[in-house]
Amino acid sequence: MNFFDWEFAWTILPSLLDASLKTVGITLAGFSIAIVLGLFLAVGRRSRKRWLSWPVTGLIEFIRSTPLLIQVFFLFFVMPNFGLNLSALQAGIIGIALHYACYTAEVYRAGLDAVPRAQWEAVTALNMRPLTAYRKIILPQALRPILPALGNYLISMLKDTPVLSAITVVEIMQRAKNIGSEHFRYLEPITMVGLFFLILSLGLAWLVRRLENRMELAR
Amino acid sequence: MNPVVSPSQIRFAYVRRTALQLRACGRSRRPSRSHSGALPQPSRVYRIFAMNELIPLLLEGTWVTVQVTFFGSLLAIAAALIAAFGRLSPIAPVRWLAAAYIEIFRGSSLLVQLFWLYFVLPMPPFNVSLSAFNVAVIGLGLNIGAYGAEVLRGAIRSVHKGQFEACQALNMTAWQRARRIILPQALLAAIPPGTNLLIELLKNTSLVSLITLSDLAFRARQLDQATLMTLEIFGLALVIYFVLAQIINFSLRALERRLNRGRIGGSLS
Repeated sequence: MNFFDWEFAWTILPSLLDASLKTVGITLAGFSIAIVLGLFLAVGRRSRKRWLSWPVTGLIEFIRSTPLLIQVFFLFFVMPNFGLNLSALQAGIIGIALHYACYTAEVYRAGLDAVPRAQWEAVTALNMRPLTAYRKIILPQALRPILPALGNYLISMLKDTPVLSAITVVEIMQRAKNIGSEHFRYLEPITMVGLFFLILSLGLAWLVRRLENRMELAR
Repeated sequence: MNPVVSPSQIRFAYVRRTALQLRACGRSRRPSRSHSGALPQPSRVYRIFAMNELIPLLLEGTWVTVQVTFFGSLLAIAAALIAAFGRLSPIAPVRWLAAAYIEIFRGSSLLVQLFWLYFVLPMPPFNVSLSAFNVAVIGLGLNIGAYGAEVLRGAIRSVHKGQFEACQALNMTAWQRARRIILPQALLAAIPPGTNLLIELLKNTSLVSLITLSDLAFRARQLDQATLMTLEIFGLALVIYFVLAQIINFSLRALERRLNRGRIGGSLS
């Protein structure tokens, strides 16, 4: 047997690329939910009202220190008992989005904390409504410096999508495993999946680094 | 493969049998709720009785998780040290090798790495067969080690330049410099991000259940299939992981405080 069967690799490539679309789709859908939800969580955590900030803090800490796999299991297997039936794909996207929302919440919090106090005072002095203040004054300043950090979470989210194969989402990893067990050759499919993640995450990391450099220059 | 039946397997079979019996009883009395997609639930009597049986089994899985975390973190620390120094080495090929290791393990997904070690290595071109436990420790250790190398590199860089110059002035060898001056300061600076990485490692041990190692996540899934007490089992599993993460968090914070004792706050570096 030869080391790496290029012909076999070529025949399974379309199938893997097809499944990779799902991986990318899950990442994008999950990330768009996570960045919106994370902002709300961060604002909730910084709230001065304790009935809001304490439960949100607890939720963030709990989700951040428990594994994504079990959270996804929880959504997929436990939630139907409460009448919430999610398909594997929905449970996966919601699970991964919820998990990363808690990480992005911490990033947002750091960004919001970095906005100078005088800006908050100025907003109060101008008698702005909280929503207007956040939209026009605070968020534009808080968001710019944290964009690279958010980009890094996009990368780690991409690398966490194979976890969803555990609840039968056929993304690229699951497809590779299926191909492997059909042909009893694991070397090519799994190596190709590794390369897929490597190329995508190194490419994204390069973009994030460029973004970082531009931020440095802008300052 | 292993013909010896372990006590946990017997207990598991017992739980499973009683679960099936009681579920059968429950089903004959109540109509199944299958139209809503949820599986019929075991009776309340069974739930209370079964908790006594479930907790030891989950704790057995927890023990495997703890072992993987412990040995994995040892390997991760070793790998991180070697790779971080490799990255800063004056010899170019060593630097490239370390960079390649770090980029490959950070750039591809952990699950892919575990599957690669577990499914690809035993096959013809390599013929290296590792047990699931070894794959778990090696995979997690090398993966987190690559992240740790970057953390450590940052920490070594954060040691003030004057310290390096002082070492040179004292005519220390590179080894003396690293061991006596640089590492004690760098490792202390690396503890807070290192804590996050160790918690990450603990969380990632749940993935080894997908390569058939019977850790906490695996046990939870197995017991869930046997008893259908999904809420209790996955809830308990989440709580156990949370407690373990807090133990890591608090003990490393205590370690940091202890090592910081006697240092003049801040400005020494």
